[in-house]
Amino acid sequence: MTEEIIICRDVHKWFGDFHVLRGVTTTVRKGEVVVICGPSGSGKSTFIRTLNRLEEHQRGQIIVDGIELTHDVKNIEAIRREIGMVFQSFNLFPHLTVLQNITLAPIWVRKMRRPEAEALAMQLLERVGIPEQAHKFPGQLSGGQQQRVAIARALAMQPKIMLFDEPTSALDPEMIKEVLDVMRELARSGMTMLVITHEMGFAKEVADRIVFFDEGRIVEENSPEEFFKNPRHERTKLFLSQILHH
Amino acid sequence: MRETAIAVGAGALVLALLPFSTAERLWIAGVALALFVPMGIFGRARSLRLIRWAVGVGWIVLPVIALMLIGGFSPWLPRVETTQWGGLMLTVILAVVGIVASFPLGVLLALGRQSELPLVRWLSILYIEIVRGVPLVTVIFMASLMLPLFLPGDLRIDQALRAMVAFTLFTAAYIAENVRGGLQAIPRGQIEAARALGLHGWLITLFIVLPQALRAVIPANVGQFISLFKDTSLVFVAALLDLFNMGRSILANPDWLGFDREILLFIAFVYFICTYSMAHLSHRLEKILGVGER
Repeated sequence: MTEEIIICRDVHKWFGDFHVLRGVTTTVRKGEVVVICGPSGSGKSTFIRTLNRLEEHQRGQIIVDGIELTHDVKNIEAIRREIGMVFQSFNLFPHLTVLQNITLAPIWVRKMRRPEAEALAMQLLERVGIPEQAHKFPGQLSGGQQQRVAIARALAMQPKIMLFDEPTSALDPEMIKEVLDVMRELARSGMTMLVITHEMGFAKEVADRIVFFDEGRIVEENSPEEFFKNPRHERTKLFLSQILHH
Repeated sequence: MRETAIAVGAGALVLALLPFSTAERLWIAGVALALFVPMGIFGRARSLRLIRWAVGVGWIVLPVIALMLIGGFSPWLPRVETTQWGGLMLTVILAVVGIVASFPLGVLLALGRQSELPLVRWLSILYIEIVRGVPLVTVIFMASLMLPLFLPGDLRIDQALRAMVAFTLFTAAYIAENVRGGLQAIPRGQIEAARALGLHGWLITLFIVLPQALRAVIPANVGQFISLFKDTSLVFVAALLDLFNMGRSILANPDWLGFDREILLFIAFVYFICTYSMAHLSHRLEKILGVGER
């Protein structure tokens, strides 16, 4: 369980003149659940997007599952096959049914045969609790259901790592729980997860480690108990007081 | 209404099989073409499954018959030379060929304009901007009169074929710009989600981007096709007589002096039937493809 699946060394990124990531160094072990939090604009979202190369880092080193992220397209594709991602705005394909959304990548990227892919998709839909929605279009589902489909779609590629970019921020309060439940189950199954979220209850319960971002740097990194009880940095204290007492 | 249309169409079919002269067969082919289009579009039989079936078969069989009649692809029928094409048949053929050929070309140009390869991008932009900057009449005129001047004397390209090429090239530039609008309207998240799943370039274009972009631009593209249908009347510069120009030539005939109103109204009516059918088809297509609307 000590195998390091993600290694980041001094990762920098600029958007034009804006220095978004200012030397991020961290490692994630296999099976670890890491919750990333921080104020908006702190670079946390950009950071997890560099891990599957939706954003390109300009300096430093990122190694995922033993493969270094470079301009080599083969490496990028190999890494994307191993990393699933769930977005704030679901990003389901509106012109495809739920089943087609889930089976598209397994069929075309993993070269799985259709019946096999569909069986896998149904199994995953069972797992996220909405097998009866398989033949509907995303537009006909609630937000919570859409996000659960998005999770199933990412899992269908049988990834080793799952990235969650504020998965519950666009949801109505009563739908947050159903998505968090799925994520809890996933964490218990031993999936390596990086989760950006403001759901501190979820973080306390599920996370092995909490990483706090501010101004493009990791300011503080600790176990949930320590993080909430004894935050070391002023910035962390301020942030916690703001989100816990709003 | 629908029953009448089918009866007339069936009658035309029977007539078409009888031995007629070239000119008469042309007429029959024109009528058959003009009938099966609206029949297919309005043939949404509620209870009459037979009609639905007949329309489906008609869509497949009638174009083949029309093609046979025109092309003489059978031992006992002579080929109808393109110089003899005229009237509604010419209008429909020019429009259908123009639509069918310009659509894929336009999509390719739109994709080319967004390409990461500078050469492809610049060639696409150059093509689109030049063609859009020139009036259609000029394009047809160049294709029909100026092209032969540049080609070796013994190489002759068919006049009607040249007109088809002109319409196709012209319309493709406009289709390309419509499609580009659709491509740009695809949210970034769609492409990011596809990439995150490990899909690569052309798979994303084929499965994620194009289906959504093309659906979004159906109204604009059908508008372009309707305008192409009406613009076929410009082929008179290539000395071809389409529906409208056939009407004009009838007006020039002393036997028909004083019938301007009747002829022009009739032509307008025929144009309207065709273009309205296209608009209606577009509407239904949008509905059918709109099932997954966000």
